[in-house]
Amino acid sequence: MFKLIENQMVVPNIHLLTVEAPEVARQMKPGQFVILRAEDGGERIPLSVSDWDREKGTLTVIVKNVGSTTDRLASLDAGVSIPTVVGPLGNPTEIEKFGTVLCLGGCYGIGSIFPIARALKEKGNRVITVLEARSSYLLFWEKKLEEVSDQLVIITRDGTKGLRGHASRLAEIVQSSHEPVDRMIINGCTFLLKKGSDASRHLGIKTIVSLNPIMIDGTGMCGVCRVTVGKTTRFACVHGPDFDGHEVDWAELLQRRKTYMREEVVPLRTSRCEEHAHGLTPQQRQDNLS
Amino acid sequence: MTEPQKKKLDLDRRPMPKQPPEVRRYNFDEVALGYPAEIAVEEARRCLQCRKPKCVSNCPVEIDIPGFIKRIAEKDFAAGIRVLKEKNCLPAMCGRVCPQEEQCEQTCVLVKKEGQIAIGRLERFLADWEAKQAELEMPEIPPPTGRKVAIVGGGPAGLTVAGDLIKLGHRVTIYEALHEMGGVLVYGIPEFRLPKAIVKREVEYLKKLGVQVVTDYVVGKTRTIDNILEEFDAVFVGTGAGLPWFMGIPGENLNGVYSANEYLTRMNLMKGFLFPRYHTPVKSHKRVAVVGGGNVAMDCARTALRLGAETRIVYRRSREELPARLEEIENAEEEGIVFDFLTLPIRYIGDEEGWVKEIECLKMKLGEPDSSGRRRPVPIEGSQTILPMDAVICAIGNGPNPLIAVTTPGLEVGKIGNIAIQEETGKTSRERVWAGGDVATGAATVIGAMGAGRRAARSIHEYLSSR
Repeated sequence: MFKLIENQMVVPNIHLLTVEAPEVARQMKPGQFVILRAEDGGERIPLSVSDWDREKGTLTVIVKNVGSTTDRLASLDAGVSIPTVVGPLGNPTEIEKFGTVLCLGGCYGIGSIFPIARALKEKGNRVITVLEARSSYLLFWEKKLEEVSDQLVIITRDGTKGLRGHASRLAEIVQSSHEPVDRMIINGCTFLLKKGSDASRHLGIKTIVSLNPIMIDGTGMCGVCRVTVGKTTRFACVHGPDFDGHEVDWAELLQRRKTYMREEVVPLRTSRCEEHAHGLTPQQRQDNLS
Repeated sequence: MTEPQKKKLDLDRRPMPKQPPEVRRYNFDEVALGYPAEIAVEEARRCLQCRKPKCVSNCPVEIDIPGFIKRIAEKDFAAGIRVLKEKNCLPAMCGRVCPQEEQCEQTCVLVKKEGQIAIGRLERFLADWEAKQAELEMPEIPPPTGRKVAIVGGGPAGLTVAGDLIKLGHRVTIYEALHEMGGVLVYGIPEFRLPKAIVKREVEYLKKLGVQVVTDYVVGKTRTIDNILEEFDAVFVGTGAGLPWFMGIPGENLNGVYSANEYLTRMNLMKGFLFPRYHTPVKSHKRVAVVGGGNVAMDCARTALRLGAETRIVYRRSREELPARLEEIENAEEEGIVFDFLTLPIRYIGDEEGWVKEIECLKMKLGEPDSSGRRRPVPIEGSQTILPMDAVICAIGNGPNPLIAVTTPGLEVGKIGNIAIQEETGKTSRERVWAGGDVATGAATVIGAMGAGRRAARSIHEYLSSR
């Protein structure tokens, strides 16, 4: 069991969860992920890790409340234990001295791009961090990211902060940089990964994306996370999650991510009514299961 | 009392009661119900108690088969289970999933007269009898040796090593990557063939013997083998079969195309058949094709059938060559699985939204035998057919899990990425590291993995005692 130390809604519908998992924290590297279960009988879901503290033995993940398991995670109180935190899984993001690196984060990726930017900065790169959100009220960790970046740029879809628009504005950010951008790294929703890769393709910048397909075990066994990269099938959990964004078959990934869209809402909509009505604690819910 | 007259040979192998097909195809309860005590005793009394029993030499873990059968015949079940557990710490599982027809029962002297003793059923009977007793008899454990052994992977190989070494006084810790112990016994084999409560019971027994169990722990990721060797005297790697194979034909990444591992893990480990009470989502399919002909293919097909799908097995050779156990093939047939023999899928066709809707197949004929001794299937030109399907499960096997091999410098691997071992001892190219089971051999059987575990445990014990 792994103790939940903190659960905080950082912006509407996006939660910051800190869990105690000392052995995982000790090995964690930027770009890796963990698999969590919110409760016994729960689904295993992969989550990118946004920060960790080796001394305290804790990990921080940023979770967008979008489905049944993330909803359960979001509703947990600090102090409870969750049954599964396993990792670190996947390969770390390649951190070298590249020169100038543009780190683009959106949604939960604003969190998981942080340790990548920090490591790149420590390695001596010039780091341009770009945060993308629908609106200014969905931005978080700006200060934290500013500290590890040479330049912080904000894009909001509605123009309430920074540049107005989407990943298509990357071109002008790159062009206005006084040094050429040598590499781009993108974390966030599949749509952002795709749009960012489309934009950088025209600019001829190598682009690494952290893919987020459906997973179960996260150790290569089930193969549900398969993606086509450069015409070969790869397993995101053991061969990734980082891949060259210009080689990924985006249509296929977007389609595969939709597999359980209809089923996903079933436990979200139905099975918790009774729990709410009776005010059951997570422990009581687990007892009911067993 | 006079010596009893020599009895006439009783060749009537007692059948085991089963749930009828028309009932069991709608539930996930165990299909085979086990012998009642009186039938078990009758069956045991048929055993000739050979002086040089050939059944024992064909058992990968060398169980004293006539020994435990004799105790059943004498109705001393407690003594019987003791004999069984001397060599096998997981009898409830082996009694259910071992291919006895290729092992002990195949070499029973009565096999020629088709009256071989139902050894597997008797083994299962004893294990189930023991489970019903109020108190579990615990073996005596020698004083601690002070030696520590880490086992990587909580499947059949690892559990066997753990059981053997703990009984010799060593300290044993098992690291399991998933959230439940049991490996393939839990994620792979369905509830109706091996109820998970039984696996749990056997794991609890090991825990009572003192085995430490750590779940949610991926050796190779959470901690490397080298790091473990700093704390432990020896390591056994039994991480099983890993990456699932696909055929490399067009359309394999369409929605609705699964690997057998994914499908079974979703259903068994994650209890998808109880969705939404358990939260891992599963689709409800109408027409399912399972590609392959092994036990895993049968498990997938019978699971899909129970979830209400019209299910077919698509296999490129004929019924004769099916690698699955005959018992499983018959169960599948009885339940209403349709078999398309001599059929090879060559393409999956999707709809506009990326879901598989049809599979294109070629008809095959059998040619000359290949390296496996089975006749090679040869495509018949122009024989394309299209089968409408809304799901395909690819059950054509797995390669070994690469996580340990790639994170352990100096660990030699074989052709298919399997960890190279000396077969008799399980020793790898690295000092103090042993391996066995599917990670060394590629996908095989539960009992095969247990046998490898037994050999490795012996070698580890020798090593630990010599220091």
